[in-house]
Amino acid sequence: MATPKELRYSKEHEWVKIEGEQARIGITDFAQSELGDIVFVELPEIGDEVTANEPFGSVESVKTVSELYAPISGKVIEINEELNDSPEFVNESPYEKAWMIVIEPADASDVEKLMSAEEYASMINED
Amino acid sequence: MSQLKRTPLFDIYKNYGGKTIDFGGWDLPVQFSSIKEEHEAVRTKAGLFDVSHMGEIEVKGPNSLPYLQKMMTNDVSKVSTNGAQYTAMCYENGGTVEDLLVYKRADEDYLLVVNAANIEKDYAWLEKHLEDGVTIHNISGNVAQLALQGPLAESVLQKLTATELDKIGFFKFQQDVVVAGKNALVSRTGYTGEDGFEIYCASEDAIHIWNSILEIGKEDGVIPCGLGARDTLRFEATLALYGQELSPEISPLEAGIGFAVKLNKEANFIGKEALVKQKENGVPRKLVGIEMIERGIPRHGYAVYSGDKQIGEVTTGTQSPTLKTNIGLALLDRAYSALETEVEVEIRGKKVKAKIIPTPFYKRAK
Repeated sequence: MATPKELRYSKEHEWVKIEGEQARIGITDFAQSELGDIVFVELPEIGDEVTANEPFGSVESVKTVSELYAPISGKVIEINEELNDSPEFVNESPYEKAWMIVIEPADASDVEKLMSAEEYASMINED
Repeated sequence: MSQLKRTPLFDIYKNYGGKTIDFGGWDLPVQFSSIKEEHEAVRTKAGLFDVSHMGEIEVKGPNSLPYLQKMMTNDVSKVSTNGAQYTAMCYENGGTVEDLLVYKRADEDYLLVVNAANIEKDYAWLEKHLEDGVTIHNISGNVAQLALQGPLAESVLQKLTATELDKIGFFKFQQDVVVAGKNALVSRTGYTGEDGFEIYCASEDAIHIWNSILEIGKEDGVIPCGLGARDTLRFEATLALYGQELSPEISPLEAGIGFAVKLNKEANFIGKEALVKQKENGVPRKLVGIEMIERGIPRHGYAVYSGDKQIGEVTTGTQSPTLKTNIGLALLDRAYSALETEVEVEIRGKKVKAKIIPTPFYKRAK
C-alpha cells in the first residue's frame, strides 16, 4: 500500500496535504482497497465548515456506504467535482486525481496531531 | 472470528485473493478481484462461486409428496424426477418462512436446498409438521455446492465431463455426473440471471472440482467470484433474497414471487387461507423497481416517501454494474406502486427523487 511521505494521516484513513495556508484532503490507498469499487462520492459544499473526527461526506462502493471523517477542522474552499462523474478515480489515484476537498484549517497546528506516513503504515500493517 | 463457520473451500480462498467477511455467521469471500469485474465476467463469460454454505435437507418416504404439498406454496406434484422447482414455505399468516428449491431425485426422494441463515429454522419448521411415512435429514455438513454461471458455463463445464450437458434443460438436473473425476449432481439453475449450473458434490471433492474448473476455464476468462457479485447479479435479475425481499413479515405475493404460489393446487398448504385473502383483497404492499432521478444510491432499509407520508422502504439497492444506474427494489404501499410514480428515498436525512420502473432490471438475451 502506498503511503506518500509528504502527507499526514488520520486513524480513519484520510490523508492531508499541507499547501501553504490550505489543506487538501482525500482517502488513503489502503482505504480504497478495503472499500472496493467506488461508485459514488458525496462531498460537502464550498463554504461548509467541517469538524475534526466528524463526517463531512461519504463514499459508496458497490456493496456499502462509508462515511468520510474530517482529519482536521476548517472551512471548505474547494471540492473535487470531477468525482461526481468519475468516482473510480478514488480507486485509480487516491492521492492525486481523487483529492476530495481543500479546506482552510481552523488551526494549522492541528495537522501536527495526525500520523506521519511511517506511523500510518505501521498502523495498517497491524490490522 | 473463530466461531465463524467455514465451507470446505475456505483454505483456498487466499490462493485466489479472496477477501472474506462475516456473512450471517459464515466466513465467506465477498470478492476475489473486484465486484465489478466479477459481475462483468458472469454477464459476458462465466464466473465460479462457492455456495457451499447453502443448506440441503433430504425428504424421503412414501408420504413425501403429500407432506411437501402441505409445506410448500408451489405445486410439488408438477415436478418430475430430475427436475427442480422454486417454491416458498409460509406461516399460517402468509409471512414467509423460506424460499427454496425442491429437487426430485426419485419418487419419495426429494432434496430441499435452503438459505444458509435459515437451515436450523427450516429444519425445525419441517420437523414440527412432520407426518408418518416421511423422514427428514439435514445433510448440509456433507454437501458442497459450486455455481458456475455465465454464457460460457456449459462449454467450460463440458470439458470436464462426459455427460452431455446440453441435454440438461433449465431447472432440470442429472445425478451421478462425473465432473473432473468426481461424482456430482449437476443442475441447470442459478441465482445470477444467466445460464449456468449448480454442482453439488461431497465436501472432500469440492477443492478438486473448484480448481479444475478454474484451470480449464482460464483461457475463456472464467474467474472466481464472491458473494458481492452474487448479490448484484441476483438483484439486477430481480431474484428475491430472504431477509431483504422476503421475511416473516412479507408474503410471497407481496414480494412478487406469486408464480411460486399455487392457490389452486388441490392440496391445502400452510398459509393458503391468508394468501387467498390477500389475493382477493389485493396485496397491501408490492415489491417494485425504483430508479433514482436525483443523485444518490438507494440502500437496504432506506425509507421511501410520497410527500410527508412514508410508503415503504428499500429492500435492496446499489449502482447496477450492468446498467450503471442507481436502482433499487422497494416494498411499497400498493397505492404508490404504479409505473412512473414519483417517490422520494431518504438518504442520510435528505429526500431524493426516484420513480417506479419495470422489473426485472436485467434480462439476458435468449
